[in-house]
Amino acid sequence: MTTEATPTDKYLEVQQSEEFVRLRRKLRNFIFPTTIAFFLWYALYVLLSAYARDFMSLKIVGNINVALLLGVLQFVSTFVIAWYYSRFAAREIDPIADKIRGEMTAAAATPEPGDTETKPEAAK
Amino acid sequence: MQIDSLLAAEASTSTSRTLTITLFLVFVAFTLGITVWASRQTKTATDYYAGGRSFSGFQNGMAIGGDYMSAASFLGIAGLIALYGYDGFLYSIGFLVAWLVALLLVAEFLRNSGRYTMADVLAFRMRQRPVRTAASVSTIVVSIFYLIAQMVGAGALVSLLLGIKPGATFLGMDADTAKVATIILVGALMIVYVVVGGMKGTTYVQIVKAFMLMGGALIMTLLVLAHYKFNLSSLLGDAAEQSGKGAAFLEPGLRYGVESDDAAKTFYSKMDLLSLGIALVLGTAGLPHILTRFYTVPTSKIARKSVLWAIGIIGTFYLFTLALGFGAAALVGSKAITEQDKAGNTAAPQLAQALGIDYLGGETGGAVLLAVIAAVAFATILAVVAGLTLASSSSVAHDFYASVVKRGQASERDEVRVARIAAFVIGAVAIVLSIFAQSLNVAFLVALAFAVAASGNLPAILYSLFWKGFNTSGAIWAIYGGLSSAVLLVFFSPVVSGSPTAMFPDSDWHWFPLNNPGIISIPFGFLCGYLGAKFSKESDPNKYAELEVRSVTGYGAH
Repeated sequence: MTTEATPTDKYLEVQQSEEFVRLRRKLRNFIFPTTIAFFLWYALYVLLSAYARDFMSLKIVGNINVALLLGVLQFVSTFVIAWYYSRFAAREIDPIADKIRGEMTAAAATPEPGDTETKPEAAK
Repeated sequence: MQIDSLLAAEASTSTSRTLTITLFLVFVAFTLGITVWASRQTKTATDYYAGGRSFSGFQNGMAIGGDYMSAASFLGIAGLIALYGYDGFLYSIGFLVAWLVALLLVAEFLRNSGRYTMADVLAFRMRQRPVRTAASVSTIVVSIFYLIAQMVGAGALVSLLLGIKPGATFLGMDADTAKVATIILVGALMIVYVVVGGMKGTTYVQIVKAFMLMGGALIMTLLVLAHYKFNLSSLLGDAAEQSGKGAAFLEPGLRYGVESDDAAKTFYSKMDLLSLGIALVLGTAGLPHILTRFYTVPTSKIARKSVLWAIGIIGTFYLFTLALGFGAAALVGSKAITEQDKAGNTAAPQLAQALGIDYLGGETGGAVLLAVIAAVAFATILAVVAGLTLASSSSVAHDFYASVVKRGQASERDEVRVARIAAFVIGAVAIVLSIFAQSLNVAFLVALAFAVAASGNLPAILYSLFWKGFNTSGAIWAIYGGLSSAVLLVFFSPVVSGSPTAMFPDSDWHWFPLNNPGIISIPFGFLCGYLGAKFSKESDPNKYAELEVRSVTGYGAH
């Protein structure tokens, strides 16, 4: 582990910094509600499959019924959420994360007097 | 139609057999070539465990697809749809939606804070030895469940391919001997891939296999759809009619949540459906061989990209399986499928044969397409088996040997040497275990592996990443609690004993009514983790700060 030589106070400092708190809030405010939403949507589908057979067997067009449509909609919602998350992360998360990482790397490269920490391995 | 294809199967057996064996040998030779080439470039432990972290998002996305679209997806789901109609589709949905858990909650954080294995993240802020031991145990258990499923698929395929009828022989072997011989051959090959090629070789094998599988599934899907003039409704209608079950074939309830006059039976059957649903969606993010894939790319952004590719590829493939499953129901028929394999594992290759006969010039065409699809299926199995063996042997070497036995003092060379030995041993164990369980559907077996992963690994991973108060005791409780409850419930379920399709059909020690343990064991795993953490005073805010900062920003990532 390359980090053992790195004092962890530094991380506490970063963790409590305004910028990191903002980053973390943004990230958590996206991933947790989204996870709950898609999980409930999926659970609804499974519950309907188990307990709402009459509804699921309603035919929409030809032999295509509600069950099949809802199944395909699970696919659609998965694709949309994945795409939307990657757009959100690239716009809202990556720039702040990159900035914090850049600052930490720069700080580690210029050790303060008496600071014996080693430079962490750059991301390979 | 069905009788035609059966007769044709008889006549074309030997063409098909020769061709399959040839194609399979070509695939094996080609991938062995890649493996040897990759082995020359494998110099450090990072090369061996993580393929040098040099793969692109697309490459790793394909490789994730290769690791994930196992025999369960190709043979198992197609078979379940062919026999039970709509209920098989439930697997596809669960297997796909599960990727959102991996994408949103696990992939990037894991990539940023870990190094080679799942345990790197679990043990990050905990006492290393107990947590790594637990993670190693659960990695091996999950992988072995998954391995058994793949080997069962291989066994089912071989009896179809070699066309060995009861009493007949091939190279002096009867059907059962040939199955065992195949399992041993597949096992031996995977050991070679993993031991020689490491992660780099295995990743390229996954990529090649993913292309082959997508190509094969696409061709079959197009042929099925063309047969029905691209009218989905008439495909479904024909499938329903041929199944003999009418409209019910297109609705949930033939296999899961079966309604009967017995209220208790109906209740348990519906619980089983919910249990399966929850295991499928929560299992993926706890599968060790999927988690280690995130380490093969340079950064967490590329890990994210690779998951996006994987979702696209896997989702498309599962849409194909709809056409394959319903196509097999319509064009092969459940009678012909169950005659070949009771659990439906051979529906897709049988469909290939029927399509080849109709569209590619009669019996020879049927033999050719069967051979191609069978070779694809073998490639699929081989690649997944290699991925699983790699993940579990990495965990033995990196988590157990280097951190627990050698207390972090092992040299890289030593670690890789142990990983290779472990691959050998795990491969051998899997070969032996797979010789049982032949009567079970492959997708169903994989669903058990998902339940075990979701119970034993996921709670520990999520608590570890997001809960400050989590600690060593919590991690150990979560892993052992979730893991043992899942495994014990399976052991006392109708899957192992007390039903006609059980592994031991002649004995009965079952008392747990459900086939899939997820609905009990997953919440139990989460509860154990919570209680374990609360019962211990250990807490290290500094280490949590480090994990959180690193997992979110990617600072100091390996």
